[in-house]
Amino acid sequence: MSVDNVASAKANSDVEQPFAALGLKLDEYERIKEILGRRPTSSELAMYSVMWSEHCSYKSSKVHLRQFGDKVPANDSMLVGIGENAGVVDIGDGWAVTFKVESHNHPSYVEPYQGAATGIGGIVRDIISMGARPVAVMDPLRFGAPEHPDTRRVVNGIVAGIGGYGNCLGLPNIGGEIVFDPSYQGNPLVNALCVGTMKHEDIHLAKASGVGNSVILYGARTGGDGIGGVSVLASETFDADGPAKRPSVQVGDPFMEKLLIECTLEVLHAGLVEGIQDLGGAGISCATSELASNGEGGMHVWLDRVLLRDSTLSPEEILMSESQERMCAVVEPSKVDAFLDVCKKWDIEAVVIGEVNASGRLTVDWHGEQIVDVPPRSVAHDGPVYERPYARPDWMDARQADAPTAERLARPNSAEAVRETLLRMVAAPNLAAKTWVTSQYDRYVRGNTVLAQPEDSGMIRVDEVTGRGIAVSTDCNARFAALDPYRGAQLAFAESYRNVATTGARPLAVTNCLNFGSPEDPSVMWQFEQAVTGLADACLDMGTPVTGGNVSFYNQTGDVAIHPTPVIGVLGVIDDVNKRTGMEWKTAGESIFVLGVTRDELAGSEWAHEIHGHLGGMPPVLDLAVEKNLAEVLLEASKTDLITAAHDVADGGLAQAFVEMAIRADRGATINLPEDQDSFVFLWSESASRAVVVAPHHHDQALVALCSRYGIAVTHVGSVDDTTELHFRGVYGGEVSATIDELRAASEAVLPKLFG
Amino acid sequence: MSSRIGVVTFPGSLDDKDAARAVTLAGAEAVPLWHADATLHGVDAVVLPGGFSYGDYLRCGAIARFAPVMEPLINAAREGMPVLGICNGFQILCESHLLPGALTRNDHLHFICRDQRLEITNTTSAWTKNFDMNQEIVVPLKNGEGGYVADERTLDQLEAEGRVIARYLELNPNGSRRDIAGICNEAGNVVGLMPHPEHAVEALTGPTVDGLGFFTSVLKSLVENGKVLA
Repeated sequence: MSVDNVASAKANSDVEQPFAALGLKLDEYERIKEILGRRPTSSELAMYSVMWSEHCSYKSSKVHLRQFGDKVPANDSMLVGIGENAGVVDIGDGWAVTFKVESHNHPSYVEPYQGAATGIGGIVRDIISMGARPVAVMDPLRFGAPEHPDTRRVVNGIVAGIGGYGNCLGLPNIGGEIVFDPSYQGNPLVNALCVGTMKHEDIHLAKASGVGNSVILYGARTGGDGIGGVSVLASETFDADGPAKRPSVQVGDPFMEKLLIECTLEVLHAGLVEGIQDLGGAGISCATSELASNGEGGMHVWLDRVLLRDSTLSPEEILMSESQERMCAVVEPSKVDAFLDVCKKWDIEAVVIGEVNASGRLTVDWHGEQIVDVPPRSVAHDGPVYERPYARPDWMDARQADAPTAERLARPNSAEAVRETLLRMVAAPNLAAKTWVTSQYDRYVRGNTVLAQPEDSGMIRVDEVTGRGIAVSTDCNARFAALDPYRGAQLAFAESYRNVATTGARPLAVTNCLNFGSPEDPSVMWQFEQAVTGLADACLDMGTPVTGGNVSFYNQTGDVAIHPTPVIGVLGVIDDVNKRTGMEWKTAGESIFVLGVTRDELAGSEWAHEIHGHLGGMPPVLDLAVEKNLAEVLLEASKTDLITAAHDVADGGLAQAFVEMAIRADRGATINLPEDQDSFVFLWSESASRAVVVAPHHHDQALVALCSRYGIAVTHVGSVDDTTELHFRGVYGGEVSATIDELRAASEAVLPKLFG
Repeated sequence: MSSRIGVVTFPGSLDDKDAARAVTLAGAEAVPLWHADATLHGVDAVVLPGGFSYGDYLRCGAIARFAPVMEPLINAAREGMPVLGICNGFQILCESHLLPGALTRNDHLHFICRDQRLEITNTTSAWTKNFDMNQEIVVPLKNGEGGYVADERTLDQLEAEGRVIARYLELNPNGSRRDIAGICNEAGNVVGLMPHPEHAVEALTGPTVDGLGFFTSVLKSLVENGKVLA
């Protein structure tokens, strides 16, 4: 079989090449020719096409993402910043934590099970390639309308895929989100977060240093799956009548991934590795060019040595394949045998495919013919950068003016109507219990899970001796971002920050998964620019750096984009997990307080969405100084044992927060609604920066004093009862009661009925 | 001298560290055993932990059953060494014919993870001595293929001989025949259990600490059998 090689590319410069079919634009193709001083070989074209894709090169987002680097808060906990596989932060006692969230949106719509499964696989390899042991995963998910017939297919496939892969990998799934909105009908969002821990000295980077060192490819064999996944799948909009894209989705093998985790940690801890990189999007093209580009600049690869599942694969396909469960390591020649021995112990195939050199070029041979000869930086880092036009769309004015006032949307105004609304809201798919999903995930494995859903954040014990631990939360109300992307991104960050603080952990660092429509639409690009700026400003203000993240564009079908969905993950540290604060109120007679101010803020709320299908107005106001002070109150109250339970107030407002605490505790309470406030607004407003806390009666004064020290409004609203009923008193002059059994039944029946 | 309890790691074992932690908290020494070593390193008892050995490929436990470590383990079990198989370990014990019956796909076809109420129905086996008859406990359950099945005669025999060691209460989570959560062999030294007692050994991370009873039971039985000094 003859292949297109460098010699023939020099000799025949006029050959017509399928750059457009590979997702490259004409000017990008011209630029490749300029870089090489000739036309690319078909293998080089394959490499550039995947590495210069939107998914790998961030060509549309780069100019905006720079803000995360420019607006870095003074924070000495950052050990490794943006640009590596995942950022690393110091959590004390010599421990470091790495965490990151990534999208696997497009594959998960085409093939939900494998798309979601390999999403976990990819993020887990990012974490191990930093030298960390993965300790937990979380999945922020977005689906279309619950009653739409296709939603059932997507939900069942994605949930089974996450469970099927994650459970077999031995990582506890400790939280995430499940949100339904028609905006995601043709573009479900599957974001996967993984967090890993290590000692400082175990941090590793993706770098091919040391001339003469061997490049070893190990793990699963390379097959024909996922070819062009990043370029033709993740970097284009779905067409209603386009060809099926299933061959571009990878197929996962979680058993191999589990072996890969153990094998990789063993070679790293044995000091056998100089540099390491996982193979995900863009496969071997990405791993070799990034390793070479980050190192001393040269690498030679014998591509015919790659172990294949399918011997008929062409070199171009091998370079582009996104077969899962593969890793690439740079190893000193004297340590290669020891490295291969560890692979053998774990029954993992490994082969030396290349060598680091000082040529400054990445060269690839195929059975003695040179098929690639490129400057590695031009592939990995110097891809195109677009200053895409962006503009605030005209329709924003009308959308923001359409506020959900009492005149615009009918509100309940009697005790009976409030009770009816309460039962409807509890059974809203976005608020209903997610047990049907989370019971399909293992939350216990590894024995260090301190908190898992439905708690406000997932919490993991890192050090079994000292009790040092971490908490992670991910959040985003995309309706807020649709109303105002700048504030929406800040509100998502604030909620995540608050969720971490609510459990007693100090927020430390931020990751993000920015899910948007097509960057070629100036309105979408404006939403993106606004969201990034909002998040960067908020992180600077709050002192929590962005340590890494992911951008997913082209989440749209035809001209219709998803709601801008900047999912924000916040990581916090807690000195002793035994001091954590859960959401369950425990003891009758304890006082219930609302921290923060409740305003008439229903725009973008779950109530407006669920009851009226309405989206308009301005999202809740956010004062970051207040948010920070609220977190200080929650942290100090937890540390000094002032409070026995705490719960964030967000989707569904205070009504939902009280219901969730009661169901969790299987214990009732009596809530006295403030006389100076409208009952409906008190119960369902989604004002930011609020929490419900519970304290023993004799701590009431100390808690009020603590709040006043930080300028946080505090309202005593009731007490925990020794009953199984939840009572709301002073509801438009009447009382609303519901049994916990009734509330739980309404909440837990929803998902099984829709998808079971 | 404290008891030495081995925990086997197969490729794909996931709860091996958890089982070792439970052994340690119960007061014994946990000894890691490697699937490819055909030796038990002189341990007094063995735990086969949960997980997905060999990815559950072919059939749960079907490949692990042929691991080199299984030969000395099967021999020792036949001679009376206490062996506890949890979840995937239970599946391996059935595949090894140390226990009768088999574990099949959950009747509802989903993986399920929940805090499960159990009733202890045997207080003489090596791993249940420290419980009271009909004691109710809560431990995590997590499996995709946990439905216990056997022919009617075997089920009758297990019940008649008191070899059902625990039953599911309130809800049968996987379609197990006669609500069986765990069984033992005739001698009572080999126990298979689908729920995960190793995840209920610390109040911080488990729903209860009820699971510890299985691990303290085996220490008691080792002392009674003169294997180790009290």
